Amino acid sequence: MGRARTIARRSFLIGSASILGGVAFGAYFVTRQTPNPLLEGLAEGEAALTPFVKITPQGITLIVPRADVGQGIASTQAMLIAEELDIDPATATLDPGQPHQAYFNGTVAAESLPFPAWENGFVASTVRELMGNVARLTSSQFTGGSSSVADLHETLRMAGATARETLKAAAAFRTGVPRADLRTENGQVILPDGTGIPYTDLAAQAAAIKPVTDVTLRPASEWTRLGKPYQRLDIVAKSTGTQDFGIDVVLPGMLHATVRANPGRGGGMAGYNADAALTMQGVRSVVEVNEGLAVIADNTWFAFQAAQALEVDWLPPEYPASSAEMWQALINARTDAFRNSRLRDDGDVEAALADATVIEAEYRSPFLAHAALEPLSATVLVEAERVQIWTATQIPAVVRDAAVELTGVDPSRVTVHALPAGGSFGRRLDHDYVVHAIQIAATMPGTPIKTTWSREEDMTHDFPRPLHLAVGRGAVGNGRVLAYDLDSISPSLVSSWFGRIFIVPPGPDTLLVWGAFDQPYAIPNYRVTGYAAPPMMPIGSWRSPGACSNSFFHESFLSELIHAAGADPLEERLRLIADADSRRVLEAVGEMSNWNGADIGPGRGRGIAFAHTHGVPVAEVIDVTMTDRGIRIDEVWIAADCGTVFDPVNAEAQLTGAAIFGLGHAMNCELTYENHAVQQTNFHTFEGMRLHQTPLFHTRLLERSEQVRGLGEPATAPAAPALADAIFAATGQRLREMPFSRSVEFA
Amino acid sequence: MNLTINGTDHTVDLPDDMPLLWALRDGLNMTSVKYGCGIAQCGACTVHIGGEAVRSCQVALADVWGEITTIEGLGTPDALHTIQAAWIEHQVAQCGYCQSGQILQASDLLARNPQPTDEDIDAAMSGNLCRCGTYPRIRAAVHAAASAMREV
Ligand code: FES
Ligand code: FES
Repeated sequence: MGRARTIARRSFLIGSASILGGVAFGAYFVTRQTPNPLLEGLAEGEAALTPFVKITPQGITLIVPRADVGQGIASTQAMLIAEELDIDPATATLDPGQPHQAYFNGTVAAESLPFPAWENGFVASTVRELMGNVARLTSSQFTGGSSSVADLHETLRMAGATARETLKAAAAFRTGVPRADLRTENGQVILPDGTGIPYTDLAAQAAAIKPVTDVTLRPASEWTRLGKPYQRLDIVAKSTGTQDFGIDVVLPGMLHATVRANPGRGGGMAGYNADAALTMQGVRSVVEVNEGLAVIADNTWFAFQAAQALEVDWLPPEYPASSAEMWQALINARTDAFRNSRLRDDGDVEAALADATVIEAEYRSPFLAHAALEPLSATVLVEAERVQIWTATQIPAVVRDAAVELTGVDPSRVTVHALPAGGSFGRRLDHDYVVHAIQIAATMPGTPIKTTWSREEDMTHDFPRPLHLAVGRGAVGNGRVLAYDLDSISPSLVSSWFGRIFIVPPGPDTLLVWGAFDQPYAIPNYRVTGYAAPPMMPIGSWRSPGACSNSFFHESFLSELIHAAGADPLEERLRLIADADSRRVLEAVGEMSNWNGADIGPGRGRGIAFAHTHGVPVAEVIDVTMTDRGIRIDEVWIAADCGTVFDPVNAEAQLTGAAIFGLGHAMNCELTYENHAVQQTNFHTFEGMRLHQTPLFHTRLLERSEQVRGLGEPATAPAAPALADAIFAATGQRLREMPFSRSVEFA
Repeated sequence: MNLTINGTDHTVDLPDDMPLLWALRDGLNMTSVKYGCGIAQCGACTVHIGGEAVRSCQVALADVWGEITTIEGLGTPDALHTIQAAWIEHQVAQCGYCQSGQILQASDLLARNPQPTDEDIDAAMSGNLCRCGTYPRIRAAVHAAASAMREV
């Protein structure tokens, strides 16, 4: 039972403040206790038993530091603490807390390493642990990479258990009853005679004693909340219009602003004329911000109107002007000079291809916007020696640091009020919109100003998913796939995004080939090479970055080879995969869909794809029908294994939502460029999936994997190749370029 | 200008051509009405005027022709409307940003068609974008609300 031992070993490192212990790297730093941010500012009678639990005579506050962008993680974090703390989380206040080292994220740092997630050998796990410690030392607190549950599930349960046992110790101290004779229930310590002492009554006592740290986690068999269907804590607010999002902040005396930036991202401004805008109703001022101008006005509508009236002489940015030129730049980058990685090189691909009839195909994946339904927004109040920021962000520590840099205030004088986001899909892993809002508010100290981007601005100034090109070469024989060689070419997402937000990690750009090099296939001659094309416009993380394109390339080309070999797409995948978790999801999806080949009758087709991303193997089967109005997706079956499922109702929503995201964009969406500018600026030309295109879903979570992982992203990647495969089965047409609406009609 | 919203009279001093959306959000701080696109493509700004679902980003203030209902006018956390109860029962919301508009659109549909088919739901609700992809549960919740409302 390696797992139980790991927990026990860690438990002694978990005290009132130390969250996760490390052992190997920089030990004298790493094992030093991480300070507990809640200890500052506690009043008499209040206790911060861990960085995640604060108890006052008035109530219990749970700190849920990972940002809720729709994935439901606020609830899941609270449930994880509540399970051990024995409280009804609906009675607690949830607070995202302030950015702090105690809330760092080690999982994503570990996953940016050049090891496949299913590879758990000694080297891979040691290096992952080291990276986790580096992340902790650099305070990289962020929400992303489907990492929150993987990263925090033990930490939060430990926090709940530590707090519970400390409260029991406080009750023992007060009553003289030994701690072992006490139990807890529903926010109370229960004495042997059945009397209950509310936690809130014990806060002062608990704060005065040494926290109990020798706690062990309850086994899953004893859970009363986790793993059972439960309501998201935000579901009533989100069904009654009472949930405030980042864009909904209202402060007394607040003004409104919007931004008009260079449509060519990163290009400068030769000059501007704001005279007309300044005479418009309700306009207060026009100020310069990064990449352009902002209008401050009495309301958002006045600001939007005036922003349109600005006359600006934009300078062109450095990247190619049109999509055609950008594709050409990718084609040109498929040379040794741009080679960035070869993280998979099994057998002898060159030799295998030299003796065979080579099958070759080129695939393309377009730029895509994040286009969360809530446009980007932030509200900022700059005062003497103090800055407050209200916004939805996945990187609160970066936001705080930006405020320090822009205004010169001390970091301790910056407050980040993190609010729920109306979607993100990776966009809020950047903070350019908050920088604008700080720059704007800094021109009017003392006045809170809400900056809202128009939808057009939001789409024009996205950090889009990069365009991505791949060339597959392969060979088959005796009904088997014998050789597989994939070249994957894109500008480097790691240098662009990490460069803006943190630091560019050394080594190859693993995201460039994520979803391709790290798939658990044992093809005898198997090679994946990444080429980093020259940088274009700044690009960003988009729901399962890298993998959202690479999985389409990798699985589609594999399907082409399997078809050429005359093998069954499901059976050949099973023959090629040894990893037990991966095999099980393939077998499950076959059983769920009654798999019996791709042919399901005239005018119809069935496709399959598999992807192992974010540590989660996912297999999807899709059925389509040709109708007189176009192709209709009828049904989708999804099997996945993320290990233990804490929140089953939400887990199902994440699987279907992620698949819908993958399908809708694969069908309908692309960003194209002309004169350096995005041509799709609103939802009329960038729709994603709508209700009438939504198929019937069937999902299954196996819970057999040893690793606990998150589900915000994994079902996205295999959706596009499964759909392309189904369309091939129905029409004989192999779609190698997204969006598929370039080639076929959808009903 | 006078507006009746959820049965209460309000006065706003804003230009005639300003979209109702912004009068509600910024003029009256009624932020349950959401901005998503401004061009009638997403449905996040949906309200009822005179009982009919409309896109408030497309209605000039001067053209408001009747009583306005926002999601708060349908029901509140303590007194849920049947449709909201179905939305909760089916755990529809992910980010939730589109859901006020979805629920108001569903309420318009069910007022006209108490027993909608999947096709009816598709036709009535496809103008309401959900970027999180909550559509399967929206369908289920509309059906559940329809049968609950028929039982009353
Ligand atoms: S904001 Fe009105 S339809 Fe999108
Ligand atoms: S729930 Fe997020 S947009 Fe619909």
